[in-house]
Amino acid sequence: MQVSSPVREPLVTGGRTIKNVTDDVCRRVEEKPSKSWFLAFTVSFGILLVGGYAVWMTLWDGIGMWGLNKTIGWAWDITNFVWWVGIGHAGTLISAVLLLFRQKWRTSINRAAEAMTIFAVICAALFPVLHMGRPWLGFYWALPLPNTFGSLWVNFNSPLLWDVFAISTYFSVSLVFWYIGLVPDFATIRDRAKGVSKLIYGMLSLGWSGSAKAWQRYETVSLVLAGLATPLVLSVHTIVSFDFATSVIPGWHTTIFPPYFVAGAIFSGFAMVLTLMLVTRKVYKLEDYITLTHIELMNIIILLTGSIVGVAYTTEFFMAWYSGVEAEQYAFINRAFGPYWWAYWSMMTCNVISPQLFWFKRIRRSLVLTFILSIVVNIGMWFERFVIIVTSLHRDWVPSSWAMFSPTVYDMGVYLFSFGLFFTLFFLFAKFFPVVNMAEVKSVLKSTSGNIKE
Amino acid sequence: MKDNKKTYWKGLEQLTNDPEFVKRSEKEFPEYLPIAEKNEEGGSSRRDFLKMMGFGIAAASLAACEAPVRKAIPYLNKPVDVDPGVPNYYASTYANGGDYCSIVVKTREGRPIKIEGNKLSKITKGGVSAQVEASVLSLYDKERLQGPLANGKKISWEDLDKEIIKELDAIASRGGQIRIVSNTVLSPTTKAAIAELNNKYGKLEHVVYDPQSSYGMVLANEKSFGKAVIPSYDFSKAEVIVGVGADFLGTWLSPVEFTKQYSKTRKVSKKKPEMSRHFQFESNLSLTGSNADYRTTIKPSQEGQLVAALYNLIAKKAGAPAMSAGKGLKVDNLEKAAKELWANRGKGLVVASSNDEAVQMTVNAINNLLGNYGSTIDLNLPVNYRQGDDKAMAKFVKDLQAGRVQGVIFFNSNPVYDYKDGAAIGKALSKVKLTIATNDRMDETTSLVKYVAPDHHFLESWNDAEPKPGHYSLSQPSITPLFKTRQAGESFLAWAGNKTEFYSYLNNRWKSDHFPQQSKQSSFDTFWKQSLYDGVFEVPVKENAVFAFAGNLSGAASAINKNYKTNNSGVEVILYQKVGIGSGNQANNPWLQEMPDPITKATWDNYLTVSQSWANENGIKVIEENTVLANVTVGNQSFKVPVIVQPGQADGTVGLALGYGRTKAGKVANGVGVNVYPLANEVNGTVNYTITSGVKIEATTEAHTVARTQTHETYMERHNVIQETVLSEYKKDPKAGLDQMMIATSQGTKKATAISLWKGHKQSYNNHHWMMAIDMNACTGCGACTVACQVENNVPVVGRDEVINRREMHWIRIDRYYSSDAAPEDLQGLEVASKNPEVTFQPVMCQQCNNAPCETVCPVAATTHSTEGLNMMAYNRCIGTRYCANNCPYKVRRFNWFKYFENDKFDKNTPMNNDLGRMVLNPDVVVRSRGVMEKCTFCVQRIQYGKLSAKKEGRRPTDEDINTACAQACPADAIVFGDVLNPESKVAKIMKEEEEGRAYAMLEELNVSPNVYYLRKVRNKDTQKNKA
Repeated sequence: MQVSSPVREPLVTGGRTIKNVTDDVCRRVEEKPSKSWFLAFTVSFGILLVGGYAVWMTLWDGIGMWGLNKTIGWAWDITNFVWWVGIGHAGTLISAVLLLFRQKWRTSINRAAEAMTIFAVICAALFPVLHMGRPWLGFYWALPLPNTFGSLWVNFNSPLLWDVFAISTYFSVSLVFWYIGLVPDFATIRDRAKGVSKLIYGMLSLGWSGSAKAWQRYETVSLVLAGLATPLVLSVHTIVSFDFATSVIPGWHTTIFPPYFVAGAIFSGFAMVLTLMLVTRKVYKLEDYITLTHIELMNIIILLTGSIVGVAYTTEFFMAWYSGVEAEQYAFINRAFGPYWWAYWSMMTCNVISPQLFWFKRIRRSLVLTFILSIVVNIGMWFERFVIIVTSLHRDWVPSSWAMFSPTVYDMGVYLFSFGLFFTLFFLFAKFFPVVNMAEVKSVLKSTSGNIKE
Repeated sequence: MKDNKKTYWKGLEQLTNDPEFVKRSEKEFPEYLPIAEKNEEGGSSRRDFLKMMGFGIAAASLAACEAPVRKAIPYLNKPVDVDPGVPNYYASTYANGGDYCSIVVKTREGRPIKIEGNKLSKITKGGVSAQVEASVLSLYDKERLQGPLANGKKISWEDLDKEIIKELDAIASRGGQIRIVSNTVLSPTTKAAIAELNNKYGKLEHVVYDPQSSYGMVLANEKSFGKAVIPSYDFSKAEVIVGVGADFLGTWLSPVEFTKQYSKTRKVSKKKPEMSRHFQFESNLSLTGSNADYRTTIKPSQEGQLVAALYNLIAKKAGAPAMSAGKGLKVDNLEKAAKELWANRGKGLVVASSNDEAVQMTVNAINNLLGNYGSTIDLNLPVNYRQGDDKAMAKFVKDLQAGRVQGVIFFNSNPVYDYKDGAAIGKALSKVKLTIATNDRMDETTSLVKYVAPDHHFLESWNDAEPKPGHYSLSQPSITPLFKTRQAGESFLAWAGNKTEFYSYLNNRWKSDHFPQQSKQSSFDTFWKQSLYDGVFEVPVKENAVFAFAGNLSGAASAINKNYKTNNSGVEVILYQKVGIGSGNQANNPWLQEMPDPITKATWDNYLTVSQSWANENGIKVIEENTVLANVTVGNQSFKVPVIVQPGQADGTVGLALGYGRTKAGKVANGVGVNVYPLANEVNGTVNYTITSGVKIEATTEAHTVARTQTHETYMERHNVIQETVLSEYKKDPKAGLDQMMIATSQGTKKATAISLWKGHKQSYNNHHWMMAIDMNACTGCGACTVACQVENNVPVVGRDEVINRREMHWIRIDRYYSSDAAPEDLQGLEVASKNPEVTFQPVMCQQCNNAPCETVCPVAATTHSTEGLNMMAYNRCIGTRYCANNCPYKVRRFNWFKYFENDKFDKNTPMNNDLGRMVLNPDVVVRSRGVMEKCTFCVQRIQYGKLSAKKEGRRPTDEDINTACAQACPADAIVFGDVLNPESKVAKIMKEEEEGRAYAMLEELNVSPNVYYLRKVRNKDTQKNKA
C-alpha cells in the first residue's frame, strides 16, 4: 500500500533517486580532497597547534597561566566546558528523540549532527581535565577505581563526580549510536571501493552483509539506543547544572537550573548544527537533502528553546526578589548593572531577543540570516555560562573578596585549541565519512507522492 | 639390564686407601668447615666472601637506582637537648633600633623557625608585631654579608682588627674626631663597649638618630619637667584617649605594648559594659585612627594650632591662663574631647606624634592640667625606645661635610638611606679617612665604607636590652652564627683592645650590675640561668618623684603661631611609616613586603594616599587595583608615585610611606617604591615628617597597578557579615546590633539555622571541639596574625604580580571595611566609602564549618571532616578542581596556581627558593605542591603536638598546650582559640557568656555552622553613627 499525501512536502527534493543518493554522498569520500577542504583543514589544524601551545604552557607551568584568582576559581574553563556540552546536545536529540517521534526529516541531518555532538563532547571533556590543578592524577582519581589508598575513594556527594559519569555515559552512548548508524554506509563505500580503502572501509563496516536479518537488527539496535540516549539528553545538562545548583553561591544556588540548562543546551546545539550544516550543504551541494524545510524546522526549535531560556532568565530575577535573600538579590542586580553588565546584556540580546526574529517566516527561511543568527545564539550561550559562572563568583557573600576576572592569552588559547580540535575532527569526518546517512535517506525518498505524480 | 661392576672412586685418596680418607669417610660432613669469621691466617672465610658478595651485589644494585641527594647531615654526637621533631624554646629579645619586643624563639633541630611573644615581659606581655614575627626570616637572608670586608675584599677578622686599630690609633694620635653613628641602642652592654672604645680613643662621639625621630618629645619633656626623656604611657588606665597624629597602635614608639594596654580598655562584656573613648585627630587614616571612636581629619599644618586650642579649652575649665595660639581653629569633636578629658581627669591621655617640641610641650601642659601624670603617664619610668638626637645628627652631617671627622663607624645604621640628608652624608663620606660599618648587608651606607665588620643577626647574638629603667631583657643565640660575622659589641671591644668575648663581657656586667639588684637567687649562676630562662629581669623602680610643669607656654605659643596655621591652602604631604615595612631596614623581608597594609590593603609598593575630593577634582577613577601615577614635586625634588584614593584622608593632604625605594637592600626590596626620606625637613630644630608648603602634585595619565589584596572598600550593608552597635545600645541590650535572618515556616518564624537537611557532624565530637572567638572590638587590624600564620604554616610569598592577579596565599586575612553614607537600597552608592568613614576590621580564616560546603563538592574527598570539628585538607589527595574554593562562602581557600618553591620565577619567595631561606620552613607543615588547594587548618600540627604532650603526661590538654599561631601572636588578645568541650577553656567561657551577647556567626543563615564566632564591634559613640 502506497502511503502518501499530496500535502506532504518532499523530504528530499530535486527528484533524487536511490543511486543519486549513493553517488552524491560517496563521491565526497571517494574523490581527491578539494582545495577548499585542504585550506579549511589546514586552518583548523593550525588553530589546533597554536592553541596547543597554550594547553602545553598550562600543563607545564600551572593553572596560574589563566586569569583565575582566589575569588574566581572557574571562568573560561568551565564556561567552555558547559558551552561545548550544550552544543553536544543537538546530535543525540535529533537522532534519538526525533527517531522516537518518527520525525523522518531528521535522516539527512542526523549523521553530521551526531558527529558534531561527539566532537563537541570531546572538546567539552577537555576542560574538566585541563582545569584541574593536577590532571595527571585527577583523570583517574576522579574515577571509582580500586586503588591502594585504603578506604579513600571518590566522593559520591560531589556533582563533579556526577559529571564524570554523566559525560562519559553520554559520550559512549552517542559514539555507539553514531557508529551503528555508520555501519551500513561504510558497507556501501566498501562495496564501491578498491584497494586499501576497500580494506579499511571493510573493517569499519564490521562485515555488514545487508541481509534482511542484518537490517532488522540494525533497526532494533537503533531503537534501543535511541531509547537509552533520550533520557541522557535530559540528564547530562541537568547534571552539569547541578555543579552550580547544589552550591551555596548566590546566582548558582537555583532549582530552576536543570530545565533551564537543558533548554539552553538544545538551543545552542541546534544553532551549532545549523552553522555547520549551512556550510556543509553549500560546499557539498547537498541542497536537495538538507532543504529549506529542515532549516525552518530547526529555526522553530531555536525559537522555542530560546523563549524557554528567556522565561528562565526572568524567573531567576523574580525568584531572587521573592527569596528575600540580600545576597541573592544583589547577585542578580549585579549581573545586570554591575561591572559585568556588558556580558549580561550580550547574553540577553543574543539569547532572548535575537531568536524572536524567527517568528517571521522569511527570516526562518533565509539562509544568510539563519547563518548569522545561529552564530549569534552561540555567542549568547557562551555569555550565558560566563555570566552564571563569573558574575556569580566575582561578588558573592563577603565583599572583601570581591574581585574581577580578566582572561589571559592562555585562557583564549585553550578555547582556541578546542575550536581547532573540533574543526579538525569535523573536517576529517566530512572528508572520510559519509556526511549524510545514505541508508536512512533512501528510506525517505518516497515519503511524498509528488514525484510519482510527475 | 646388565650388572654394572664398574667401581667409581670418589678420588685418588679412595683408590690408594689413604688412612686419612678412611677416617673421614665414615662421617657425613667433613670435620672442619671454615665457618669462623676469620681463619687463622687472617684471610677471608667463605662466609665473609658470601657476605661481601651479597653486600657488593646489593650495593651495586642500590647504586644503580638513582637516589636523591639529600643534604641532611646527621648528628655525630647528638646534643642532649635537641631531639628531632621536638621544638626547643629560648627566651630572647627583639631589638631593631629602638623597637623592642621580648620574645621566645622556637627552634627545631637547632634552627630558629618561629618567634613568639614572651608572656613574662611586663612590657610586651606576650604580644608581637608583624615585624617581629617576620624578623626570623631576616636571619636566613642570603644577602647578608658573610664575613668582614676591607675595600670590598674579603679579609680575616684578625687582619681587619689590626688594620682598623692601626687607623684608629693614627687618627687618635692626630687628635682626629671619630663618630659612631647608630639608631637607638637599647643594649646597655653594647653601650658599655662603645664607652670602652671612647675611653681608648678619646675624641669619639656616639651620634644617635632615629629614622622616625621623637627628639621633639625629649626636648619638650626636658623643658617641661627638667627630664630629657620620653615617659611611659599606660593606655590601659586611660578612659579617654586623644591622639593627635600618633599612630600608637601601628608605628609610634612601642605599638605592641600600647596595643596590649589599649585592647584591655576596648573589650566589653556583660560584666564590664564599659570601654575607653578614643578621639583621634589626624591627616592620614592610620591604624590607630581607624580604631578611634571619633576621628577628625586635620591638616598637618593645623596640628600645633589644634593642640593649642585643646589646651585653651581645658585651661578654661581648669581656670588656667589660655595660650595665645589655637585661636579661630574650627574642627569637629575638639570641644567634645576637651569636655570628656576634663570629666575624666587623671584617667585620660593625650598623645601626639609631632616631633616639634612646642607641640609636645603643649601636650604635656594639657596632660598636666588633666592630672594624667602619675596615672597614665609615668615620667619616673622613661622609655629608651627613641634616643635619637636630631641636633647631634645635624651637627654630625655638618662636621662630615666640613671634613672635621676623620673616622666614622656606622653601627647598624643606614643614614645614607634613612636620614633626610642621606645623600649629603654619602657624598661627604669620601672625605673621611676611616669608614667602618657593622651593617648586615651591602646597603646604601655600607657600600660606601672602607671596612665592613658585619654584626650577627639578633638570633645569633648574646645581648641585653633595657627598654625602660629596671626592665632588662636578655638575648641569647638560638643558632650558631651562620656566617663569619661578629657581634658589633665584640668588634668595639676588640678595637678598644679588650680581648673579652662579648658573652663574658655581658655575663660579667650582669654579675656586677643586676645580680645584686635582686635577692631571690643566691648564686649568680642560678640568677643567670633564671634570667636567661625568663628572658627578662625586672626590678621595680623605686623613684616616685612628682614633676611640676615648668614649660614656657608663651614661647610654645609663638613657635606654634610661627609654624602652624589654622587654614593653610596648599597641598601638604605626610611621611608616615607603614605597619609592615616600618623604617625600611627589614625591607628585604618578603613576608613584610607582601603583608597587606592594614588600611590600604596594598602590598609591595608605597603610594600617595589622596582624598576622595582630590581624586574627583583630578578626574582620577580608581577601578579595582588600577590607578595612575602622580607627579610629586617638593622643592627641587620630583618623582612619580602611584595614587590610592584613601577615604578618611584629610582634604588638601597626601600621605606617602617611608621605608621604600631601597636600592641596595637585596633583590626583594630593591626597586620597590620610592624613597621619600629626603623629603623630610627641619622645623624648630627637629626633623619634621610633614611638608606643608611648596608641594605640587599633578595627576598623570600613566597607568599603574598597585597590588592590593582587597579592592572592595565597603561591606555593602551586609549585616550577616559585619554587625556592630554603640556602647549605649549595648548597655541596654547585650545583643544590640544583632541582625539575624529569619525564615517563615508553617510553625511560625524560625531562625534560619533551625531547619536543616543535614545531620551534621557535631554529634561525633566527643573528645575535642576546636573553636575560635574573635573579638572585633579588640582587633586593631595590625596584621601580626597574618605574618605569624605565614611563618607557622609555610605560606608562600607570591610576589607583586601575583597579588595583582588576586592570588595572595595568606591563610588569615584581615578584612577592612569602611562605612558608606548611602542608603541600604542604593547599591551603587554603597560601594563608595564615606569621606571620613568608620572602619571595621574582621580577621577571616577558614571558619571550619560543621556543615562545610567545601567538603561535599570535592570529587575525590580531599577535604573531609574530623571528629574534632576541623575541616581537614589532604593535599596529597587534591586534584585541584577548585570547586571547594568556589563553594566557600568565606573565600578562604587558596590555590597553588604555580609551583612556588624551587622556582626561579618566584625568587622573591626566599623562604622557599634558596637553601638558606628554606631553613625557616616549619618541618611540621608540608610545603604544598603546584595545583593543590590549601587553607587554614587551625594549626592542626600544634593541636596534635599539644594533645600528644598532654597524653604523655596522662592529662587532658589545656589552653596552655594548644594555641594557634594567629591567636598567639595577637597583641590585642582578640583571637581566642580552644576546646569548647573543655569548660575550663577560655573559648568555652567566652562562648557561654557571649552566646546571648555579642557572639555571631558570619553568614549564619547559610547554616554552614562555622566554628569561628565573632564578637560584635561596639563603638563608644553617643549615637548609632552617621548611619552607614
